[in-house]
Amino acid sequence: MDAKEIIARRVAKEFNDGDVVNLGIGLPTLVPNFIDEGVEIILHSENGFTGIGPAPEADQVDLNLVNAGGMPVTIMPGGVFFDSAMSFTIIRGGHLDATVLGALQVDEEGNLANWMIPGKLVPGMGGAMDLVGGAKKVIVAMTHTAKGEIKILKKCTLPLTGAKKVSKIITEMGVMDVTPQGLVLVEYNTDYTIDEIQLATEAKLIISDQIKAMI
Amino acid sequence: MKKVITMEQALDHIKDGMTIMIGGFLACGSPEKVIDALIEKGVKDLTIIGNDTGFVDRGIGKLVVSGQAKKVIVSHIGTNKETGRLMNEGKLEVVLVPQGTLAEQVRSGGAGLGGVLTPIGIGTPVAEGKDHLIIDGKTFLLEKALKADVALIFGSKVDEKGNVYYHESTRNFNPLMATAAEVVIVEAEELVKVGELDPHLIMTPSLFVNYIVKA
Repeated sequence: MDAKEIIARRVAKEFNDGDVVNLGIGLPTLVPNFIDEGVEIILHSENGFTGIGPAPEADQVDLNLVNAGGMPVTIMPGGVFFDSAMSFTIIRGGHLDATVLGALQVDEEGNLANWMIPGKLVPGMGGAMDLVGGAKKVIVAMTHTAKGEIKILKKCTLPLTGAKKVSKIITEMGVMDVTPQGLVLVEYNTDYTIDEIQLATEAKLIISDQIKAMI
Repeated sequence: MKKVITMEQALDHIKDGMTIMIGGFLACGSPEKVIDALIEKGVKDLTIIGNDTGFVDRGIGKLVVSGQAKKVIVSHIGTNKETGRLMNEGKLEVVLVPQGTLAEQVRSGGAGLGGVLTPIGIGTPVAEGKDHLIIDGKTFLLEKALKADVALIFGSKVDEKGNVYYHESTRNFNPLMATAAEVVIVEAEELVKVGELDPHLIMTPSLFVNYIVKA
């Protein structure tokens, strides 16, 4: 299993039946492939609908129906279209159970940076600040390092997307809960030792008493 | 009052230096025909308010590439490399706003409000220079309302009075912008007779719409 699949499989365990969830672009979009049978989640698309379905067949593409990355998608039975104000009422108003998104940097206080690298890359925040600030649970899903470069820090150095909002970090190496005491490693991938995981992490990991193998 | 006009007549309402809102999300639901006509006419020094700067060849992005925008107020520029290039060269002012904040700024502009109080952006560069208000113990940013001289929106079905229905995910910012400008011009994908639209399904009441052009 490659790193992305390990992460997506683990993220998929986070949801309860009926949860309303927004998945960021990239790795998070793999998550629906691994949701348990019997758990139905409602996927929210910040450009204005709930009930994102799979990508259409090439001959069924409808350019009026795209996801927040501009890619053609479908809508599930029971899905609903709405405008941008309603879309962000859902996000900010406490109606979104979880959001899953990637990070350039995340730190032990739960700060997240994923919208710009000054002087290099300024794509803009899109809906990410609202998602991070508004979702009940903010899950960062990403590879543990960026090709060896450490991303889980004591303190983010890039401009923040949200301050102290991250609930949980899920990587191919393990699962970390963000707590007032710092990052608690609650599950780990047994392909790695805990020392190896700490070496790939700048923040000091608190090892949970109940640590278990990542499922 | 006859609202259906020619493209040429519509363009008479758009002048150098104006602030214009343009609907759409990554060009889905953008009035492409009006944008093309604006480029042909060559109106300049525009301040453009929209969700994003689309692509170099689709949506709002075409007006960035043509050099007609002096300023854009958007949530995302990452899909149009020209926006970043012109910004870095100092030829285009870019104001990046969280998407949900932008939606509420436009909505409040159309609703007669002075702005909104939002927790989104606190602790990030977005909050710099803005008033922080503490309401019942919780901190909010004051984000002022946005209004425009002209709003250019896209309707999937529009009747001759200017009632508008938006199909699928084309709705996004369109109905919000239709409330927030002095002059509202809708590009009708399909123009129908009055009475053909089910009043239950009309999303923008005709009273907001000044002019209609056929796509």
